[in-house]
Parts: sequence; C-alpha cells; structure tokens
Amino acid sequence: MTERVLRIEMPHHLRTLAQVSGEVRLIVQEPVTLGRVLDALEAQYPVLRGTIRDQETRQRRAFLRFFACSEDWSHAAPETPLPEAVADGREPLMIVGAIAGGNQQFRRMRFAREKSAQAVGPGS
Amino acid sequence: MSPPDQRVKPDATAITPRGEFRQVNREPTMSKVRVLVGTRKGAFVLTADGKREKWDVSGPFFAGWEIYHMKGSPVNPDRIYVSQTSGWFGQIIQRSDDGGKTWHAPGGGQQKSPQGWPTGESNRFVYDAAAAPLTTHQWYDGTQHPWEFKRVWHLEPSLADAEAVYAGVEDAALFHSKDGAHSWQELPGLRGHGTGPNWQPGAGGMCLHTIVLDPKDPMRIYIAISAAGAFRTDDGGTSWKPINKGLRSQFLPDQDAEVGHCVHHIAMSPRRPGVLFMQKHWDVMRSDDAGDMWREVSGNLPTDFGFAIDVHAHEPETIYVAPIKSDSEHFPLDGKLQVWRSRSGGNEWEALTNGLPQQNCYVNVLRDAMAVDGLDDCGIYFGTTGGQVYISPDSGDHWKPIVRDLPAVLSVEVQTIA
Repeated sequence: MTERVLRIEMPHHLRTLAQVSGEVRLIVQEPVTLGRVLDALEAQYPVLRGTIRDQETRQRRAFLRFFACSEDWSHAAPETPLPEAVADGREPLMIVGAIAGGNQQFRRMRFAREKSAQAVGPGS
Repeated sequence: MSPPDQRVKPDATAITPRGEFRQVNREPTMSKVRVLVGTRKGAFVLTADGKREKWDVSGPFFAGWEIYHMKGSPVNPDRIYVSQTSGWFGQIIQRSDDGGKTWHAPGGGQQKSPQGWPTGESNRFVYDAAAAPLTTHQWYDGTQHPWEFKRVWHLEPSLADAEAVYAGVEDAALFHSKDGAHSWQELPGLRGHGTGPNWQPGAGGMCLHTIVLDPKDPMRIYIAISAAGAFRTDDGGTSWKPINKGLRSQFLPDQDAEVGHCVHHIAMSPRRPGVLFMQKHWDVMRSDDAGDMWREVSGNLPTDFGFAIDVHAHEPETIYVAPIKSDSEHFPLDGKLQVWRSRSGGNEWEALTNGLPQQNCYVNVLRDAMAVDGLDDCGIYFGTTGGQVYISPDSGDHWKPIVRDLPAVLSVEVQTIA
C-alpha cells in the first residue's frame, strides 16, 4: 500500500492538548479517507481520542466541522475518499470548532493562505 | 464490588474539612499553602508560605479550556487531579505528580474498545449499562430525556490511596479510578437506585457535583446531585439511599418528595463525621444524623439562596456561606459581597465584610469555589465569577484578594503542605 503525507489544521484547544504548534503532518495509507485520517491522527496523538469523535459511537462531536478544499466534509461518511489535493498534501484537512469562532477561524486560515499565495505569485 | 480504598486514619483531628491530612507543624511560616483554582479559561496555582501574604501565581494551565475542578491527594499533595472540559471537545482528565509544575493526561496510552477501535482511557466515562440499564431522566419540561455523559464536575481523591479518585459527572453518576485516573469505572448502584426518572437537571445541568468521604467509616460516602438531592452509601457504593427528609422545595409538586431537590453543596467537618451542612437552592440546612433528617438553620441570613458552604478546619460548629440574592439574580444582595459565618452551627449568623467590596459588586460564588486551609488560624478562601480569589487568613475577620482578574472562577481547593 502507498503511504501519503497529509496536513491537518486543528483548533487552538486541540493543538495545545496535543502539544503541537501549527499544522500536523500525518502519514496515511491509501485510500485516504476521512476515517483513516482521523484514525491516524488519534494514533499519533492518543490524547485527542474522544475530543473529535465520540469514543463509543465514533460520531463527530456536534460542535466540530471538517473542511477541505473550501468544502464542508463534516457529514461525509468515514469511508469517503478525501480530495486528491488533501491526499497529496497540497491542501490541509481543517478541523474547525463550529459556531463560536469556527467560521472566523476558517476565514482567517483562508485569508492567510491567500495572502501567502499572492505574495509569492500564482503558480509558484 | 470491592470496598472503597480509603482507610480510617487513627487521628481524625489531623484531617482538614476538605479531607486533607494536616502536617504536624504549628509554625505557620514553616508551612506552605497551595490554592488550586479552576476557571472558565484555564487552571491556576497560587502558592504562599504560611503567612499567606505574598503569593506566587502560575498559569494559566490548559488555557482556553473550562476547568471544572482540581484537587490534590491528601496522601500525596504533589498528586493533583484536574477535570478539563469543553462543550466542543469533550472531557479530558489531567494529572500532575509534581505539585502542578507539569501535567499529563494519564490515559493517553493505547487501549482498544470492544469493537477494536482505539480509545483514550482517561477520557472514557462509560455508564455501566449492563449493571444498571440506562434509563431516562426528567427534562426541564417534565418529559423524559436520555441519559448522556457530558463532563466531570468534581474529583475527590481517596483519603488513603493517591492512585484512587472518585469523579462526579453530568448526567449524574459516580465513577471511580484505582489507577491514577488512567481508567474509570462507574459505581452503578447510585444510578440504579430506581428513582432516576424523577431526577432532573438544574440550570447548570444534571450534575453530581459533591462527593464527601467519611474519614472514620471507609464504606460511607455522601454525594449530591442537582436536582435529585443527597444520597448516602454505607456499603462502599454498592447501594445508595436518598437522604432528603426535611428538605422542602417549592418547585416540586410534592415539596417533601424523596428526590428532585436541588442541593447545591454539602460540607462536613472530618472532626465530626455525620454532622452535615447543606446549601440548598434556597435554605441552609443541617443534619446531625448523617443525613437521615435535615433541619433548616438559615436563621438571620439576609437571603438563604447560594451555592458555596464550608466548615472551619478546627471548629466544627463554625460554618461559612456566601449568600446570593436569588435564583433569578445570581449576585450578592445590594451589590455587597459578603461571607456570613455562624459559630453556632447555624441559625445565628454574622456578616463578614472587612476587605470585601461593599458597593457595585455583582459576581457569583459557585458551589465548589470555597475552601479552607488547615493552618491554626484557618484561612478561608473563595473565588468569584468576576475572577477574584479572596483569602481571609484569620477565619473570616479580614479579607484581601490574592488575584483580581482571572477568568470566572469555577472551583477553589486548598492544600496545606509542610
């Protein structure tokens, strides 16, 4: 099986809990599905178990959302393959706290990336 | 079920009201006080020597998370347990083994669920539905509602074993860990008492918020639930009985109901186990027979609504409350922050105001936000939703703030360390 390197962006609370700063890089085996990514994240950072998905039902916690490539993947089935841009690390999978600050955080992240892209020029 | 693991200490007089064993040290300057403060946005540790004049403030730990409660082991004061929680991200249990300098989530290791997926041990609070089937409880509108775990409100370390700790959770149940908070098991007899469908949430949720361990009888534990009432086990948690006789609650159709009362907090002097003091939704109550019967001791209090109540470390008849105006106005009467003290076990009360703001003060003092130290002159501490933590180093006569501008304070516990 081929391994892929992904980028994950997490909200502040989960970054501090996992004791990481910035993006997290994960190795995930193909096919890169949402469920496999979350399994790999929880395996690499056991303290995150239960904070993103309920430990018993494996359902996404109600106030968390999954965004990728400017699309909402929160309601995708765990076995659904993520976009190729996420699977090859060009785009991050974003785990976002919903409602209070979540959308704003999403906007900030997008804004920061767009500014960064503009600074180095398109296609670079 | 095996009995709880706290053992009787031969010298009960050496135990503080919070279950901490006093060190043999009569010289205040030789002792140290560590105040553990849980807030809406993190944990703080305040330390001072026995004079309690100069304070070192460390934190915030777990910044941005709600810290419902943190408490040290009376056996090993460097062992501190923390309930770190979030409506977004769920429940985490943290632990320090060095007095709050460093922390870790003890259940971060590998464990698999029965279905084979990985789980975090210390973050798993799973009701024992096999032993006590999950029922429904009463919702705010009187309908029945599913029982669901939400968070840990209170952690009560064992009096004899630093690895053992109890957790009171929402929706109401009692859990126990024997391995330093790595893993948790429910004591299902409480939830299985049979009255669950009549329990209902208070404004903060249906939480088990108070756990009192009897230092003389290791099989006896008291707990309180909003809004179900108080319960007691005499067999180490296997079976429980409601201890709510004498309580009257106007919001219940039957004011003398066996369960359904909104008990806010219970305090007990370990010098005199069996004598309990309760701050109820309204009413300050007292029981002289381990909760079998309660009587009101509100006396001359200007309002008997409130959340916090505690007992002096060395005077079992001296008790403290922080009166709040009403259940719809959660702030002090007339904007004056006051602690009231009774030296007679209730009924006769005096206002303690020296050093506390007496105008324009509209904070609240929550149920776990008052504590006492074990020094000879008994320091009294409380935190407010305005972020102040106050100390009186002389049993309530004079007050001063340790800190003024923390996030809203949810809990205050004190460790007296030699």
